[in-house]
Amino acid sequence: MTGAALPTGTSPVDTDLLLKLDGVSMQYGRGETAVTALAGVDLQVRRGELVAVMGASGSGKSTLLTVAGGLTPPTAGEVIVEGHWLSQLSARELAVLRRRSLGFVFQDFNLIPSLTALENVSLPLELDGWSAKKAHRPALDALRIVELGDRAQHFPADLSGGQQQRVAIARAVVGGRSLILADEPTGALDSTTGELVLRMLRSRVDAGAGGILVTHDARHAAWADRIVFLRDGRIVDESRASAVSSLLGGLPL
Amino acid sequence: MSVRQSLLAILNQGPCYGYQLRAEFDRRTGSTWPLNVGQIYNTLDRLERDGLVQKASADKDSADAESHNTFEITAAGRLEVAHWLDSPVVRTTATRDELAIKLAIAVTLPGVDIAHVIQVQRTATFRTLQELTRTKNATDNPESAEQLAWLLVVDSLIFAAEAEARWLDHCENRLARALAAGTATPLPLSTDVPKRGRPTKARA
Repeated sequence: MTGAALPTGTSPVDTDLLLKLDGVSMQYGRGETAVTALAGVDLQVRRGELVAVMGASGSGKSTLLTVAGGLTPPTAGEVIVEGHWLSQLSARELAVLRRRSLGFVFQDFNLIPSLTALENVSLPLELDGWSAKKAHRPALDALRIVELGDRAQHFPADLSGGQQQRVAIARAVVGGRSLILADEPTGALDSTTGELVLRMLRSRVDAGAGGILVTHDARHAAWADRIVFLRDGRIVDESRASAVSSLLGGLPL
Repeated sequence: MSVRQSLLAILNQGPCYGYQLRAEFDRRTGSTWPLNVGQIYNTLDRLERDGLVQKASADKDSADAESHNTFEITAAGRLEVAHWLDSPVVRTTATRDELAIKLAIAVTLPGVDIAHVIQVQRTATFRTLQELTRTKNATDNPESAEQLAWLLVVDSLIFAAEAEARWLDHCENRLARALAAGTATPLPLSTDVPKRGRPTKARA
């Protein structure tokens, strides 16, 4: 392993705090034509927590995800991933952190068609210096977690949309990575298949990961512990699920 | 109305007494709309009056106290059940929707921040959605017919809440457009005050 030590900033490390956005702003362009995509966003994601981000198109949802994932540096504010201040990392260190801490799940799955499900899931580990042989074991474990252990040798084209997205979730969490950033992960799926994918995502979070789920679908956002509403790059409100449901009477549970 | 039809449909499977019908109704609807025994017997009385059920005859000799409260479906009742299952549920009258009334009134009042009213409602609606989803997540796959029936009920509540959230988005957009067009002006009290008392017959 190429164990480059990453600087952790000055604050004491809170191991349950997976992600912190601190006054994050993002502006595209300059002067009169400047567009503000994010304006002073504060957001935290803790272990075991799924946070949904909702808002109209152009409200800053996707920008928030790319900034949180270290794909674009913000124009102001700080992004802290598992105690690491992204602004203090070199490009190489940032790439290492992304591989070891973050998993992305996209609407269109983004699997590599010429690789099997197992090879797709192994890939982030191999990029991080693992041998293929060594990477296969955790990759297979991750596939079993999303109930696709028996599809490991299948190519993406042989899998349904829902199965491909479950492979993408396995790839996002393989090797103990714990921050899942999902951008409309159910956008290409029908209603009941989408629900199964969200159930998987939810169970990964309940097992100790954390995640951000960007969606425009209220029913999908409802799988989150917290839903934040973005408007014009600002968080305007938040809905937090209460621990106990008061809505239904005697349930046959 | 649906209670009456539901009880009849259950009776179509065999004679039942009141408590039994209540239990059958509850387990088939996830106890979401619990009925009391009084309601059940009132409904049974009306069904009997209409010739759709009758007191069960089989157990007449039995000393069982419940036996004379056992009802069975009639041929007319069976037809009624078939008709119910075969026809759509028609929601004829617009039910008085508290939220729609609140927003309609609020939009006519001066000095009300409608966007805030909408956002407060939206947050509450999403909380409801989250709670329902959490409840649903607590059951894995529907293993029994009861759980399947219950999941359908929960889903119906989820889709209703989702519809409300979408309607609120729509209201917000419509309001923004009206504000931009300058047509979202509040209504002052009308100077044409309606007269008190009963309306006079001829207004010549």
